[in-house]
Parts: sequence; structure tokens; C-alpha cells
Amino acid sequence: MAVTATLPETMVPRPYLVDRVTADVSDTFTLVLKPQYGTEQFAFRPGQFNMLYLYGVGEVPISISGDPNDPQRLVHTVRALGTVTAAMQKLKRGSVVGVRGPFGSSWPIDQAEGADIVIIAGGVGLAPLRPAIYAILARRERYGRFVILYGARSPKDILFSRQLERWRSRLDTFVDVTVDRATGAWHGNVGVVTGLIGHGGFDADHTVAMICGPELMIRYGVLTLIDRGVRTNNIYVSMERNMKCAVGFCGHCQWGGNFVCRDGPVFSFDQIADIFQVREL
Amino acid sequence: MNVNDAIGRSLAGNPVFASLSEPHKELIAGCASLKVFQAGDIIYREGQPADQFYLIRHGRVGLETYVPGRAPIIVDTLREGDPVGWSWLIPPYRTHFDARALELTRVIEFDAACLRRKMEEDQAFGFAVYQRMTPIIASRLAAARRQMIDLYGRPNERGVAWR
Amino acid sequence: MKPAGSTDPLPAIIDKGGLQVLIDALIGGGFTVIAPRLTDGVIALDTITSVDHLPAGATDEQEAGYYRVHDGGGGRLFDYATTPQGWKRYLYPPEERLWQAKREGAGFAIVEERAPVPRYAFLGVRACDLRAIGILDAVFDHGRSAEPRYVARRDQALIIGVNCTRAGSTCFCTSMGTGPAVGTGADLVLTEFGDDAAPALLVEARSPAGRKVFARLGGRQAAAEDIEAADAAVAKAATMVTRHMATDAAAILKRNLEHREWAKVAQRCLGCANCTLVCPTCFCGSVEDTTDLTGATAARWRRWDSCFTSDFSYIHGGSIRRSGASRYRQWMTHKLSHWWQQFGSSGCVGCGRCITWCPVGIDITEQVRRIKDSEGGPH
Repeated sequence: MAVTATLPETMVPRPYLVDRVTADVSDTFTLVLKPQYGTEQFAFRPGQFNMLYLYGVGEVPISISGDPNDPQRLVHTVRALGTVTAAMQKLKRGSVVGVRGPFGSSWPIDQAEGADIVIIAGGVGLAPLRPAIYAILARRERYGRFVILYGARSPKDILFSRQLERWRSRLDTFVDVTVDRATGAWHGNVGVVTGLIGHGGFDADHTVAMICGPELMIRYGVLTLIDRGVRTNNIYVSMERNMKCAVGFCGHCQWGGNFVCRDGPVFSFDQIADIFQVREL
Repeated sequence: MNVNDAIGRSLAGNPVFASLSEPHKELIAGCASLKVFQAGDIIYREGQPADQFYLIRHGRVGLETYVPGRAPIIVDTLREGDPVGWSWLIPPYRTHFDARALELTRVIEFDAACLRRKMEEDQAFGFAVYQRMTPIIASRLAAARRQMIDLYGRPNERGVAWR
Repeated sequence: MKPAGSTDPLPAIIDKGGLQVLIDALIGGGFTVIAPRLTDGVIALDTITSVDHLPAGATDEQEAGYYRVHDGGGGRLFDYATTPQGWKRYLYPPEERLWQAKREGAGFAIVEERAPVPRYAFLGVRACDLRAIGILDAVFDHGRSAEPRYVARRDQALIIGVNCTRAGSTCFCTSMGTGPAVGTGADLVLTEFGDDAAPALLVEARSPAGRKVFARLGGRQAAAEDIEAADAAVAKAATMVTRHMATDAAAILKRNLEHREWAKVAQRCLGCANCTLVCPTCFCGSVEDTTDLTGATAARWRRWDSCFTSDFSYIHGGSIRRSGASRYRQWMTHKLSHWWQQFGSSGCVGCGRCITWCPVGIDITEQVRRIKDSEGGPH
């Protein structure tokens, strides 16, 4: 009898319906998805990503930005930067998106229990960190001081601004936001996000830091944290590379010896310290 | 609490100057006074002689520049513990930006000429002040350059420095 | 040569006729037989049905950026070094449709490919190429995920190795520990030896599947002097190897990610991707989505890709590896150094194809040596 080979679930998109589209900031939007067939819950760990497929257009890696404790709603926040993401921006309720995933490593939510937490996000880099924020707030009592530092281009580019305000209003969470440029109408901070680190009031020796944003911001963020005395094995970063197959076969997302799709996107700084500053790797 | 006590305490708790020796702290305190700015007050204007220098005890200060026909552009915000101004330290001792109190702001105000004279007379003291001020200048320069890169901008539309 | 295991029968001696018996048995058993065949002036892998399809008497001449086939006029069937490409393309095709999708209302329905998996017999797999297949096994079938198409083709494949009795000038298997004698993983192993006009083939069975075919071969039992002569022929090939890879290549490259040699080699490198296409272990592939003109059906294709293309590392806004230097570094450090971190071995088997088929003759062994020599110290 002839042998055939069946592709695993990780290689074939499953259809999901767009339940809701929200415009966040200028070129960034959030998709809430639910399975087209069945009532499958989407379990994932904060920091993981999915491959989102648009029929006839293509496929892109997008971090999950929803609440891991609410697996009924699969949430992605997307910045329209390329052909596929620009087409996704036009999706409506009832549109269909293919989903493969979840893939990759996750933020150290469990390992960080007992420690102070510092989250440093820049631009749309807040999206992959939001599941971590949800997870930490869901069991806030298990952590020490909780600091969220966020940098954006300008006041109108602040992602999830209402949520940031809500988190800031909690008595157990320190939220600080800064922008690169602003006019007099802005009453908040102006300056780089690393400038906020010194005002976070965390105990560097017992702090777990999680950073996501443009790679340049991550580099300065890591250095500033190290200068402040945070241990390198307690600094976690989420990296972005060209994920295509997402299962470690296609080789596009290699970074040194790592497949970012599989060994990342979240790395502890210790894992990558020797390649972190190598250009064009 | 008298004024000298308040200045002494502020200096002792200031991240930049806490590490000065006691005699040097006394020297610097000798040029200091306390001051309060209301929200919106201009602390100094761009292009003026840098005759004062401030440490923020409480509150926030914005560094701004002005372009006709536009709202003031804020280039940096400073807060508790931060020095306001370094132009007083470097010739021609002239300010580069407007400094405005963004909220009720309590500061220690230093007489820049007084400080410069003491630094000239006691160069060990002068060196100690430079040692603490130059990292501030360097980090603000680096931060300004990073802001200029516009790293959150759309990748294809970022400034020349990025591409 | 490996001693036969306790359950392995003693080696047999067959001639050309005996090899035809083997080919017939394989075809009768439902295998498509792939073997070296003279095609368009190169000895390339192709489907064969007859022993006469093998390139009798042909030899090859390989040098950096140089390849020629000569007719030696003798009767040897395996008197050449590596074919331009290895066996990768049969286990991991250059282009493959993973699935199709039909438009269905607002959405789509996936149609999985159901083509039967081909059943290959690989005849004439060199030691280095067998090791390369072992490396691909680790890439496509490891603890965390398995590529089912690769695994199915691989599971069905029968491998008839051939020990090298001649080395090409670009070969460096001895320093990689991969040849010239065929290691583990073959079902049958051949060694060609003896008279140039009418050479003999020593056949060893190395697996249950191999023993099944072996039992049908006939021929005569090998005598001690046959085994000795075959061993000597393989030993001679080892002495013919002139190129060598530095033994500590992985560590040398790991500590020299920043080195002026990358920019220097990039001045010669054309970025043509030949090296990655001929490499028997390079596995990178693109994932491409297409649609027909009406949009009624879409498909996902996987195609061989190369880290030498500039869009290989593209993320929104630009490529990570913008310079030729960084792309050459990616290829070489991946192959020789980062592969260890990923798969627990080197990704290089010393086949020398990347040297032969580089249009400007860049030599991977020489590149490592240059970096090593620049470090100074004893070597």
C-alpha cells in the first residue's frame, strides 16, 4: 500500500473568525479571533506567537497580546508594516484568518515569583508583554514591586493607553510612560524609556526584567539594567527575526545558534550575551 | 526645619551629589537657596546667561524649545533628583532650552557664579563637581541622539541615522 | 572497513552482472533506483534501471571552481568522487507543495497533499553523503518536531553505500571523520577493487533490509584476500585526500564572529548561493503562499532557499544581514560552528562540493585556516 504523509497541526493553518477589530494607534490594530468551527480554547504562554495566514496573501508571525487566563478570545495586536499586515488592517468582523501556533518560548512568569518585576516596552513591543502583565496582575500577591515602563514615539502613539492608565491607578503597580517627542499639550515625560529605569524603585538584586521593543531599545535597556545591578540571568528579551515556518525547519530566523521561532522569541540575556552585540548576525 | 537643614537633607538624598564629601557638600550648600515654582512658571529661557543651576527636590520640569506657529516642543522632562541645566558649567555659560515647571516644583537653586568661583579656588572640589555632572551631560547627549533616531517610527520612514 | 556484525553474513563478491541482479531485485521490490549517471557532461544522480546506466570508466577532476569528467576507458563503475549534488533533493525536494486551500465563503478549506511517498533505493552513496543524510535526519526529525514528508521518504529509503577508492582534490572527509569508508546507516555497502578492466565488487550487508536483498544476490563468498584488497583500496583513498579542515573549526569561528576575513572573502564571494545548493546538508527553505488568478485556490510551497540571498533575513523595513560579509559568515559559522549548538554535530561532512562549485573557488578549509592563522599561537 502506498505510504502518504500527513502534515502536523503546526504546519497547517486552522481557520479563525475575526470577532472584533480595534484600531489602537495610527498603524496598529487589535484582532480578536475565535475558532470558525468548534469551541476550541486557545491555550498559550505569555510571550508566544502565532503565524497568521491571510488567504491568498501570505503569512506573518504575530505575538499573542491577549489574556492567557481568557483562552476563549485569541487576541493579536498587529502593526501594518508589510503587505500581509496591511491587508489584515482591512479585515472586518466575520473575516477569516488562518492560525498556526502557539510557537516559541515565553516570559518567565512562574520563575519570577517572589521577585520584583520590571517590564520595559517600546512602541508596539508592549503587545507581546501584555499577556505577561495580565498573568502577573492575576496573581499579583506572588510578586514584589511591579514596574511597567513604556516608551512611545509621541503621545498619540501610546498603545493601550487606557489600560496603562488603569494599571497606573492600581496601588500595587508602578506605571511610567515617556515619549520621544511631544508638544506643550503633553503633561507626561519626554525622553528615552531607559531614562525611566532609575525612577522605578525596584530592588535590582531581586528583580526579573522583561524587555520588548525595537532592538536598539532592547540593547540600551539591557545595558542600563546591568548598570543598575540587575543580574544578567534575570533579564529577558523578546527578539524579532524572519520567522517563516515557525517550527525550526526553514532556517530563516536563525540568530547565532538559535532558531528564534523555537528557542525564542523570549531569551534570557545569559543565553545570548555572546551574540547580542554582534552586528548583522 | 530651617533652610540649611532642608538643603543639607536634599543634598544627602540626591542621586548626583550624595556622594560628595561633607566639606564639599558644605561648599556647594554655601551657594544654595530654596525655591518653589508654580506649574507653568518659566524657570529660565533659552539663550540667557546660565546664572543659576537647580536640583529638583519635588516636581517635574520640562525642557522646551519654541518654533513660531507651533506649540512648544518638549525635548526632555526632568524630575525629582535630576539637575536642571548644565550650561552654567561650560562656557559660554548660556542656556540652550527653555525650562518650565510642569507642576508645583520645589528646587534647590544654586548661584552659578558662586559655584564656579569655589570650583576655581578649590580644584579638588571643582573636579568632584565635574565628575558628577559630566555623566549627566553624556547621558542626556546619548538620549537625545537616540530620540533623534526615531526608533519607533515606521522602518521605511525613519531618519537618516537609522537607515 | 567495519567488521561484519554477528548477524551479518560474510561479504560476497559480485561483478557487473551481479549488480544488475541487485538493481532488478530493487525495482521488483517497488523501489525507484537512484544512482550516479553521466548526464550533460557531469556525473549526476538520476533514476536508473540498468547497470549500464552507471558511468563505467568515467572519472572526474575536481578543483576549486573546476569540474571535468574524463573517460578513463576502464570498467570501474564508481571511480570518481562526489556528484555535483547529494541525495538531499530526493529526501527534501527543491520545491514541494505543502498544502492547497480552496476559497470557501469568507474563508478557506485546506486540502492536504495526498501524493504517495516515493520509495527510493539510493545506489552508490558515498561515506560523506551518508553522513549528510544522518545530519538531515537530525534536522528534520528530532525530539521537538518532525517533518513528516522527510521522515516518510527516509523511512522507506534503502541505502547502498559505496566506499571511496579514490579521493577528489576538493575532498576533506578524513579531517571531518566522515570517510572514505562508509559508516553507519547503510543497508548494503559496496567496495570496488581489483582489475581496472573488470573490477570486482565486494558487498556487505549491514541491516535487516540489506540482508534481505543480499540473500538474492548470488556471487561468491569473499575470500580473506578479497577483503584485504578492498580494504587496501579504501585505505589508499584516504591517503589521496589533500585538503583538511582545522579540527577546532567550531571554536575558532565562535570566537571570531568579528574578523576582517569576513569582509575580505566577501570581496570575492558573488553571493550566488551555489555552495548552499550543492551542500548535502544545507536545509534552509522558503515558505511561499500563492494563489491562482481567480483566487479560487491557494497553495503553500516550500522551496530551497539560501542564506546568501539578501531577503533571507528580511524583517519589516530591511534585512538583518545587509552585507555580503555577514551572509558569508552566516553560512560558514552555521555550517561549522552553530550547527553543534543546534544538532550536536558539525553541519559539514567534508564532501568538498562547495569548493568545487564555487565560481570563484572559495575554499572553506582555507577560510577557516586564515582565521585560525590570524590568531597566532601554536598550530
